[in-house]
Amino acid sequence: MGEEARHGQMLYQQYNCTACHQFYGLGGYMGPDLTNVISNRGEAYSRAFITAGTVRMPNFGLNEEEVSALVTYLGFVDQTGTYPPENYDVLWTGDVAQEDDPR
Amino acid sequence: MTTNTSHFTGLRFMRLGMLALGIGMLFGVIGGFQFLFPEFLQELLFTKTRPMHVSMVVSWIFLVAIGGIYFYLPRQCNLPLFSTKLAKAHFWIFLVTGIAIIACYLSGNFGGREYFEFPPILSLPIFVMWTLFGVNYFKTARQYRKPWPVYYWMWGTGIVFFFITYAESHLYLIPYFRDNMVREIMVQWKSYGALTGSWNMLVYGTALYLAARISGCEKYARSKMAFGLYFLGLFNLMFGWAHHTYLVPSDTWIRTLAYAVSMTELYIFGKIIWDWRASLEDWQKGRHCNAYRFLIAADIWVFVNLGLALIISVPFFNLFTHGTHITVAHAMGSTIGINTMILLASIFYVIREELPEAAHAGCSSQLRIGYWTTNISLAVFFTALVLAGVGKGLYDGNSFQEMMTNIRPFLLVFTLSGVTMMIGIWIILWHGFRLLGQIIARGESPAPAAVAAPEPA
Repeated sequence: MGEEARHGQMLYQQYNCTACHQFYGLGGYMGPDLTNVISNRGEAYSRAFITAGTVRMPNFGLNEEEVSALVTYLGFVDQTGTYPPENYDVLWTGDVAQEDDPR
Repeated sequence: MTTNTSHFTGLRFMRLGMLALGIGMLFGVIGGFQFLFPEFLQELLFTKTRPMHVSMVVSWIFLVAIGGIYFYLPRQCNLPLFSTKLAKAHFWIFLVTGIAIIACYLSGNFGGREYFEFPPILSLPIFVMWTLFGVNYFKTARQYRKPWPVYYWMWGTGIVFFFITYAESHLYLIPYFRDNMVREIMVQWKSYGALTGSWNMLVYGTALYLAARISGCEKYARSKMAFGLYFLGLFNLMFGWAHHTYLVPSDTWIRTLAYAVSMTELYIFGKIIWDWRASLEDWQKGRHCNAYRFLIAADIWVFVNLGLALIISVPFFNLFTHGTHITVAHAMGSTIGINTMILLASIFYVIREELPEAAHAGCSSQLRIGYWTTNISLAVFFTALVLAGVGKGLYDGNSFQEMMTNIRPFLLVFTLSGVTMMIGIWIILWHGFRLLGQIIARGESPAPAAVAAPEPA
């Protein structure tokens, strides 16, 4: 994890984003899961939400550098896997073989 | 029974726990309304109300379970506490740390970790007080020279594993874990799941203690079935968390092992309580009618949660239920339906043992109202969460707002049933808090004659 992503991670914790958002299904349900938000929506979309907020999400008044750090962190998380899995096999045991594991 | 007042520390833990639950329920209801109406109490952001709710209700579980241990050992098991001073220090550290955590939440000073949203520095006093508790418990329990009944093992195991799992939940402070997202998420889920297992050890141990005491027969705490439950619980504590991690791209063997670990622990626990219920004489049920009632409610919720837990443990179904309100239904159904009912049974068992009947008989009809209001509300609450979870499970990932609009009716029912559940629990807590206070106010006067200590099987 690079320095900017680590800064973003610290901000994510500092503003308690986990109260409303999830990574890999872990976190609160007020907002969407953010594991693959960069792949699915793009950086500009994420940046706009973080900067302006929404009815449900407060505007935390972050500066440009902080917004960039958060977007970089979301990009880092995005590279670690796909959630929920898109390509998988269901085995006869009921187990699931996940084919889109990046590792 | 001893006549000194060392057991009063246990009662103070219980009363503090009841306050925590009462306040925690209020923040849960506020959070529910914020979910529906984001402008509701905007000064108190959801990022504050959620951790307030979670921390307070988790504190309730620990405080009342710990209070029971501090009460039962010296008062009913003829095992004087190794150190009353340590127990009192434990209480005050818990209280001061709790106030500091609340202050951090309200001022927006977060550590930002799921379930532990306070700054990590506040984990230090938590480790200190748990050390005091561990030393006091083992030094006290070792005075018992015969083979331990299962609840002593469960309490001791819960204490030891809390240390391990709580330490594990702080591994993210080390870059090796923090810098690898998959590793980090896996360790988080593992530690939280196992932490739940550690408090289940404390709570299920309390349930088996109550079963033995109410029946006057130790066989429920010394049978093969009871020890089977203990070892299965230990196994689940170490591995049962994994049904939360199927969708994290972890190694296959971890997912397969997780699937293999079923919810048999709940089944055996449910069976023990069910068999115990059938064996009780009417006078035993009547004497401890409130504690009995709460234990039976816990047993029914065991089977409801068992059904849900088995479903979400199948990886294929888990694909749709993970990260949805069904997971919340599983968590809330367990913590309210099972843990809270057992802990309320513990409180009202103590009240029945320590106060003359006239002191508590007057509130029996109000308690009945509180009991039924709570359980009926919980049934509606649980169902609404499952239905909201199905709605979210069907979400195709396109419009989050549209999905939230679709499940809004279920969230409305969930919030309203949360309000009625809070009222029901407040009624119960009010009487429990008041009556425990009467026990303390009676000072050192000896307790009325109680049921004889259980006979070994």
